[in-house]
Formats: sequence, structure tokens, C-alpha cells
Amino acid sequence: MSIEDKIFEMLVSVIEKASTTMPSDVVDALKKAYEREENPVARKQLEAILKNIELAGKSRAPICQDTGTPYFYLKLGEDFPVRSKIYGIIQDAVREATKRIPLRPNAVDPFYERNSGDNTGRFIPWIELEVVPGDKLEVAFVAKGGGSEAPSTLVMATPLEARKKLWETVLRTVVEAGPKPCPPIIIGIGIGAGSDVAMSLAKKAAVLREVGSRHPDPKVAELEEKLLDAVNSLKIGPHGFGGATTALDLHIEYSHRHPATYAIAVSVACWALRRAKALMDSNGSWKFLDRR
Amino acid sequence: MSTSSRTYRFKTPISEEDVRRLRVGDIVYLDGILVGARDAAHKKALSLLERGEKLPIELEGLALYHVGPVVRKRDTGEWEVIAAGPTTSARMESVEADFIEKTRVRMVIGKGGMGLRTAEACKKYGAVYAVFTGGAAVLAASAIKRVVDVYWLEELGMAEALWVFEVENFGPLTVVIDSTGRNYYSEVITRAKEAMESILVKEPWRED
Repeated sequence: MSIEDKIFEMLVSVIEKASTTMPSDVVDALKKAYEREENPVARKQLEAILKNIELAGKSRAPICQDTGTPYFYLKLGEDFPVRSKIYGIIQDAVREATKRIPLRPNAVDPFYERNSGDNTGRFIPWIELEVVPGDKLEVAFVAKGGGSEAPSTLVMATPLEARKKLWETVLRTVVEAGPKPCPPIIIGIGIGAGSDVAMSLAKKAAVLREVGSRHPDPKVAELEEKLLDAVNSLKIGPHGFGGATTALDLHIEYSHRHPATYAIAVSVACWALRRAKALMDSNGSWKFLDRR
Repeated sequence: MSTSSRTYRFKTPISEEDVRRLRVGDIVYLDGILVGARDAAHKKALSLLERGEKLPIELEGLALYHVGPVVRKRDTGEWEVIAAGPTTSARMESVEADFIEKTRVRMVIGKGGMGLRTAEACKKYGAVYAVFTGGAAVLAASAIKRVVDVYWLEELGMAEALWVFEVENFGPLTVVIDSTGRNYYSEVITRAKEAMESILVKEPWRED
């Protein structure tokens, strides 16, 4: 088997793993939320969520019927043997996974309102690629649902009012979204030099960072904890039935900003965070990174 | 708000009397016929009814489910339902009251909540809005025993067609709007807003 074929098979497996099972860090957080929940109606929701994860894993069926928009985040070692060809292999893998699992076709042309039928299309799958030292390829795949994308928020704050705006924006986003993004959610906050930078960092903070992890900078980590506590004190709870866990976690990522700019973005992931990470060596052998 | 919750098991057709016993927070498991319809099927059904035409299935007493399922046709020609969790009900808010009035469905099932007009229709015509756990698509599919029929498939596509499912122990369905017009989610959101205001008034950012 050529290295290209091995990459193709790994990518199809990664899409299947992400669509039909949940990352260990998210499952652990959901179990903890279930154990601690005292509101019986909210507890029933978490029970159904955990049962669904178990059933999906057993039958290799998609966790949610909204099988999402495909996002790929790649770290490509500069000495890895395949480089620009990876874009084409990703397209092929998405088509194959759509048939094989199967996935719901979710790529719609906004002008002609036509569904491509295979989850590929203009700029879809979305691919972000970073070149890193070494000879390995690290892939993170995320299938992002539509319902949890809806509450995404961007605020261009003035630097003097930025901290106030940050608190207001995060809490308002969560309250206005209410039960709609399928809580318990995972919240990503991006702070940056421009609107696109903040939004992109927020999305990655929500979907890529391990649930239960804190930012390495203690000041940022402290704010993550304060905001998470505030969000959970709103008592929207699992699927909006009240209860202790509105968010499983809250992550902040930032870039240095322009002196006149303080862009604040909020991105939300539903409880069904369909993410899988894998690492391939230059000889084509590979393993999952976020599954036990 | 009270979180007392009773559990019921209902078989379709559901009587108005049974549905009027339900209160927000109650949990229902359903047996019988569940009709799957989302945006486009609502629009088509209402335009047929407005023209005085009949729907392909009589909906009175049945349960309506906001769903765009993933299904696959087996070699035998039978449908296999792979994933069938609820879709966001708010998109149907503009038409659901009419739909309840004209069809007399007794349960509307979806996720994320519905608004005032739907609550008024539930009160007036004797119906409830309940949610199936969002995202729990395989759990939902496992309670669907077979596809009895599908209509408008070619015209509207897999996700938007009118699906007629036979279900067994389909749930948990948690009542969010009952036939008194009470709305569980409005109450949760109102309290969340109050909690938010009491956090913000303390200006916590001053300590950041």
C-alpha cells in the first residue's frame, strides 16, 4: 500500500471514529456531570446522552443525525513524505466516509441551494494546515453541527471596555442560545487582533482543546475558571432543563492585539463534540491520540 | 420552578384527555405511529391543506417529530433508520400553530423549544410540545421499529420528506409546553437572565 493510500485509510478511519464515538475527555466530563446532577429531568437528559454514546459505539452509527461540516486541522512535519497531495486525499476520504458510515450530506451551495451529496464543495471540507518540524503528520478532524454554530458571536470591543464586554458577551451568548445548541456545551473564547483571528481562535479553543484542560498561562486559566463558574451558575443545564452543568468546559485562546482593537469571539460546541485526532509516522503507521 | 416529574407511556392515537393530563417536566415514552416532518414537509402539508386537499396520512391523535433522519435502503428494499435525533424546532415556530390547528396532532416533538404561538395552539387544541434529547440520534433510531411509509421523498429529499415511523418505547420525551400553555424553557431562560444580571451588576471584570 502506498503512503497516499495509507493516509486515505487513516483519514476515513478518523472521520468514522469522530462520527460514531466520542473523545475520552468529553465522555469523562459527561459522566462527571451525570454523577453530580441533582435535577431529575436534567439527569434524565444526561442518562439519554450516555446511553446514546454507548449505542452509537456498538452499532458504529453516527452519534447525531447532524453529522456536521467537516473541518481538518493538520500539523504537517516538514519532512513528511506527502505534502500538497494531502488536500486531494482529504477530499477523497470525505467522499468515501460519507458513503461508508454513512454520513448525512451537509454541503449546500448558498446560491443555487443544491446539496453536493457527498459533503464536499467550495472550501469544504475546511482545511487548516500548519507546517511543523519533524517527519510526522498530525490530523485533528472535527464534524461541526449546525445547531451549535448558530450562537457564534463576535464583538469588536474598545480596549478600555474590553473586560466588561468579555463578561457580557459570554454570558449573553449562553443565555440567548439557551437549550438550542444542545447543552452541556463547550465554550471557546477567542481574543485577537482582528475579527477573523478572534473567531478562528475561539472555534479552535472550543473544538480542539481537551475538555478539563486549562490554559498554560495562569492568568488566562484563572479567567477560564471564573467564566465557567459564572456560566454554570445560570442553571440552564443539560438541554435547558435547569441543573448544574450548562457547560462542560470553557477555553480561552488569544493573539496579541492591535493597540486600537480588542476583538472578542465566542464559539460553541454541542455536547456531541465529534472530534478525533491521529498521528502518522513517515512510514505510514498511525494511531489515535484522543481515545483510550 | 418545581422539578416534579411523572413518567407516562402513551400509545397513538393519543386522546385529548390524556394529553391534557401532562404537565411540564413530565416524561413520556411513546408507542405507535410517529410522523417525521421538518421545514419543507410542514410547508407542503400546509399548502395542501389550504387548497382543501388531504394529506397522505391522517394525523389526528398522532405525534409529530421534527427530524431529518439518516436512513439507508437495505437490499431487501426495507428502510433502515440509522440516526434520527431531533432537529431545532424553532425553525417551525412560524407554522406550527396552524399545523396543530389543521391536523390535530397531539404531540409535537423536537429540540430547543418553541414559542408563544405554539404554546397558545397547545392550550387551545389540546396538544403538548416535548423534546427528545438533542443529539441522541442512535437512541432515537433504536426505538424506531420500522418505516411504515415515506411520502414526498423524491421531491423533498431524505432529510425533508414526510416519514411515517412505527415506534416502541420512544423516549424520553420531556414535556416543555403543556396544554395549560406553560413553557418550561421560558421559565429557565427568565431565571438565567436574572442570574446573569446579578453577576454583571457586581462588575466581576474589575478583579480580572
